[in-house]
Amino acid sequence: MIIARHVNKQFGKLKALDNVSISCNKAACIALIGPNASGKTTIIKSILGMVVPDSGTISFNGINIGNNWQYRQQIGYMPQIGRYPDNMTIGQVLSMMKDIRNQQQNLDEDLIEAFGLNKLLNKRMRTLSGGTTQKVSASLAFLFNPDVLILDEPTAGLDPVASELLKEKIIAEKQKGKLVLITSHVLSDLDDLITEVIYMQDGRLLFHKSIEALKQDTGEIKLSKAIASVMTNTQP
Amino acid sequence: MKKIVKYVLADILRNKIVVAYTVFLLAISFSVLALEDNSTKGLLSLLNIILIIVPLVSIVFATIYIYNSAEFIELLVSQPIKRITIWLSLFSGLAAAMSLAFFVGAGIPMLLYEATPTGFMMIAIGIILSIIFVAIAMLATVKTRDKAMGIGIAILLWLYFSLLFDGLVLFLLFQFADYPLEKIMVGVSALNPIDLGRILILLKMDISALMGYTGAVFKNFFGTQLGVIISFAVLMFWVAIPLWLSVRKFNKKDL
Repeated sequence: MIIARHVNKQFGKLKALDNVSISCNKAACIALIGPNASGKTTIIKSILGMVVPDSGTISFNGINIGNNWQYRQQIGYMPQIGRYPDNMTIGQVLSMMKDIRNQQQNLDEDLIEAFGLNKLLNKRMRTLSGGTTQKVSASLAFLFNPDVLILDEPTAGLDPVASELLKEKIIAEKQKGKLVLITSHVLSDLDDLITEVIYMQDGRLLFHKSIEALKQDTGEIKLSKAIASVMTNTQP
Repeated sequence: MKKIVKYVLADILRNKIVVAYTVFLLAISFSVLALEDNSTKGLLSLLNIILIIVPLVSIVFATIYIYNSAEFIELLVSQPIKRITIWLSLFSGLAAAMSLAFFVGAGIPMLLYEATPTGFMMIAIGIILSIIFVAIAMLATVKTRDKAMGIGIAILLWLYFSLLFDGLVLFLLFQFADYPLEKIMVGVSALNPIDLGRILILLKMDISALMGYTGAVFKNFFGTQLGVIISFAVLMFWVAIPLWLSVRKFNKKDL
């Protein structure tokens, strides 16, 4: 569904992506894992067209995403740090996104209800706590029933209840055959979610394996242990 | 595109700075036009105020507004919208808001007191200058990521167009006083939209005689219909070129 080929990206002297090739298929839940500054967010932003790669191609459903924008109709994106216009209320942001996406039907408002955002519709974005902003981001990502969900650190800043709700929602969407891409440092959160692991370091893709293969290779049962053993082995 | 312009415009018009700017222009226009009994003198005073204030407020407000909309832009870029649509919507919203503020603040008093060709010319120039400086602000912001630097560049650009450029021209005129520079001056004036606007308005006022031989050459060029059409075309270029450059840059920008 999403295929990246030999993607390179440089920020000044820093090589953020070094010849990264990924292919993601439907009905998978893929975890992007790696140390800080390993290029996880950059590859996500490249897929969304927010960062333009220096070289290499990314295609979505067989269509090159360069100079294309319609494909984003099928993506729901939850940023690491959601930033919204300060003066708008939650209700205004939600209705603006519906208006801009031109989709008033077939909306998935489960998360809005589950998070209780209905009661906060008149709150200005400026006054929200980090966790509530994350809830808005999550609700927006799921709102339009997209085929692909890209979640960048979804559980960071959420309280345990909200984070459980989000996890349940992710599992439900995965079972509907959607592709879910998650980055997270909280590996214990990922254990019962993911089917594949992509491990990145210093802008390079080290491996892309199914979770079973990874557990077999490392001899661990828990994802966090498996990744920890990978991390210590790859440390120079 | 229309939808995003709508949100941008609604957001700007709620901004207190724009309201204050409009009220300020209203106060100045009414007081200047009502106090002077000689209408040309009144317009002339107003002209000088407008040529300083309008570019300054347009460029600084637009720059700060775009930096403050970074979140909004980021949010929209991840949505199924063309980047050029986002950028042009921001431009249209800002240009419309600044033009509207100028029209309400200075245009309406002029229509009430001075509904003459000179008055109309001044309204047209004021609106075009508002749009030009919004376009220049778009270019300045897309080139620099840092907010403080971007605003600094915007202020420097304004300083250049309203003060430094005239100084440079005067300097050149005095240095090459022995040569016939009158015709070249017509070309040089195209390099600064504020000067071009000032000349177009002054020539409508029939006080070009005050400018000596250069005034006569200007009158020969800018006084004709073709001259006015060419001048407005040049002013349009001053909108189109910065805007086009900024769109090109924004299309490749990493957010």
